[in-house]
Amino acid sequence: MILSLRMAWRNLWRHKRRTWLTALAMIFSNVLLIFMISLQFGSYDMMINNTLNAFSGHIQVQHEGYNDNPKQRSSVPAAAQLAEELRSALPDERIATRGSAFALVSSERRSLGVQIIGVQPGYETMVSTLPGLVKEGRFLKDPEAAEIVIGSVLARNLKASIGDELTLLGSGRDGSFAAGVVSICGIFDSGSSAMDRSLAEVPLRYFQDTFAMGDHGHSIVIAVDELGAVPAALAVVEEEIQGKAELAALGWNQLQPGLKQAIQADLSSAWFMYGVLIILVAFSVLNTQLMSVLERTREFGVITALGIKPRKLASLVMLETVLMALLGLIIGLALGWLLASYLNTTGFHYPGMEEMADKFNLPDRVYPSVTLFSMILGPGIVFLFSLLAAVYPSLRLFRLQPVEAMRAV
Amino acid sequence: MTGSNSLPVAAMTRLAWRNLWRNHRRTLIMLLAIAVGVWAMIFMTALMRGMVDEMVRDGIASLPGYVQIHHPEFRDDPSIENSLQEPGPELLSALAQPAVAGWTSRVRVPAMISSERDSRGITLLGVDPAGEIALGFDPEDIVEGRFLDSRDDEGLVIGRKLLERLETELGKRVVLMSQDPENNVADRGFRIVGVYKASLEGQEELFVYSGLAGVQTLLKMGTMVSEIAVAGHDYRTTDELMEILRKSSPSESEVLPWTELDSYLNSMMSMMDGFVLVWIVVIFLALSFGLINTLMMAVFERIREIGLMQALGMRPSQILYLILVESLLLLALGLLIGNILAIGSILPLREGIDLSAVAKGMEMMGAGSTLYPALKLRDLATANAVVIVLGLLTSLLPAWHASRYSPVEAIAKL
Repeated sequence: MILSLRMAWRNLWRHKRRTWLTALAMIFSNVLLIFMISLQFGSYDMMINNTLNAFSGHIQVQHEGYNDNPKQRSSVPAAAQLAEELRSALPDERIATRGSAFALVSSERRSLGVQIIGVQPGYETMVSTLPGLVKEGRFLKDPEAAEIVIGSVLARNLKASIGDELTLLGSGRDGSFAAGVVSICGIFDSGSSAMDRSLAEVPLRYFQDTFAMGDHGHSIVIAVDELGAVPAALAVVEEEIQGKAELAALGWNQLQPGLKQAIQADLSSAWFMYGVLIILVAFSVLNTQLMSVLERTREFGVITALGIKPRKLASLVMLETVLMALLGLIIGLALGWLLASYLNTTGFHYPGMEEMADKFNLPDRVYPSVTLFSMILGPGIVFLFSLLAAVYPSLRLFRLQPVEAMRAV
Repeated sequence: MTGSNSLPVAAMTRLAWRNLWRNHRRTLIMLLAIAVGVWAMIFMTALMRGMVDEMVRDGIASLPGYVQIHHPEFRDDPSIENSLQEPGPELLSALAQPAVAGWTSRVRVPAMISSERDSRGITLLGVDPAGEIALGFDPEDIVEGRFLDSRDDEGLVIGRKLLERLETELGKRVVLMSQDPENNVADRGFRIVGVYKASLEGQEELFVYSGLAGVQTLLKMGTMVSEIAVAGHDYRTTDELMEILRKSSPSESEVLPWTELDSYLNSMMSMMDGFVLVWIVVIFLALSFGLINTLMMAVFERIREIGLMQALGMRPSQILYLILVESLLLLALGLLIGNILAIGSILPLREGIDLSAVAKGMEMMGAGSTLYPALKLRDLATANAVVIVLGLLTSLLPAWHASRYSPVEAIAKL
């Protein structure tokens, strides 16, 4: 084994330039793949976490069908109690109850249609980043007060500021006329213009009174610490609500189907690109190894005549390929890791990113994710395909006729 | 190629061509690699261009008009207070110029719509139907009932999704609530006369159309409008349109092209230009290693031959030239196959690629669920030019190498 290893290594350096060029092709692709894959994974993580932590949470309990068609009548009875029960079943997770209704909000000078969310002030701060984004005034405190927190664009459009009174006009759960007067206690600035324009939060109990909800809510929001913990938590929630036929527990990919699909669409176009790169590297290896086999026809002829089995020769060629691919793998991995780690601390920014960032809930710098998986995935596949490419040149050796081969030029 | 002992171009080309096929396996593999690379360059570019084109088309459809004129405050605060007068004589004469393909003025206000079952926030558009159709509203998109027939039409045309959300149907009445300039709540019942479909569900839920005159009366606006939208002939070039309109618009108004009205679309467009170039160059770089390698090998095997040619009087510059011609032939042949492959694979996809499995995700990016590849001549030219120019530059290295051997040493080499 040591002998064939040494032989393979020496054979590799008979054509220094060729070997380096082929290894360079691998290094180039490996660095590029590491850069793109780690950037992708980094931004997906951020996209998912930012979107879910902003408002929707990872899991929600809702009335069956509410998610597709949010009607005020499709509510969750005894919502606050149910949230309590869930809290005891899932002591580690953050859980809050919400109600939601559409209302015409009027200031002294303006009227606009706004989504009004009833929230539990104490629990809401745990499931949503919105309360932390209150830039003026403060978030809701009292669970019953006639107070409201609105978005910054909405405040500007209503020409209203902290302390001003707003009138809410809408309809109650039973279809009755719902009206209330609230004073603005805080203004949030989330950076997402859609949220800042059309969202307002009031205390849940005030909400229930105003919109004739009784003890009903519309959703119980559960936030977990990492995506991996969602399925287990979801199973517990499903068990808890068993027997309440009208309720459904939804995971984040049902709550935000666009998110997962945007990632899927992006992944498939990315894999097309990676695939092409990898195939081009494979061609490079195929060409190199085929040449190296063909130019040694005479040599191989002599060796076979001396009694070495073709299998042995084929494995020698494969070994050479392994060594070359390892060279590309190690150098590529090292350079790629350096690049990704550097960007992991400084962040990466490209022109046009602000607008993308706003659309996908990203900060305007992304930080590549440096994990073993995101590092090894691309180079690993390049390695594999390099070996595959060398199969054809090696197989040719089995057809070698010693006598003819020795006569070859 | 001057001098008495130089080979004519035709002979040189023939020599290069024959050299290329001395090792047909190597040449074939390289050809295949170039062809696959070129195919990927063009194919991927066409898909991405198609997606962005679709996004821009949908985006423009959601705020029709390549250039819009607003009250300076309107964009930040889209309220009825920030309205402007319908076009005066000066603007009207500008709008009659040939650069203008069509124009219309509309009222655009936030409003609340209520059926017996539900209420939602929408954007109410008071429009002149003929003008909207001139600007790109397609009457074919009406799936039920009819589009408005005049600016005095008091009917309401709403999106398919909104109809579903409100649990109402064609012919039923709904109530619209908004505010007039005095901040009094203005509301009125409207009968739904038509239902339209759009490629983005978000649009179907947001935009509700009614006749301009009726909306102006409801909101007590007189003859004021929220925006004047103007279409040109090509959405890519709005400069001429901008110049004409800027000069003739009333002083307290803001004239903006769509690229500034929707900065996301604009940045996607310019990002795509960057992406196309980066993609083409990256693929080329991946190819270039193989290309140098192939030529290097071709030179290496022929050191003796090259030495002999030099000894027979061929100048180093001619050797360089010969290798470059070989490279050029290889590249040109690879490009030819790559282009044919690309066009051959894009043409069958003209009818669009169905992406409805990820429709919600595409909607998040602002694109519809059918992808129409867009093969642009400019992208095709860029890909070909990059491969030829950079390819020849890369080949300079092995070619230069070949021309540097001293004849005696080369012939002596085994």
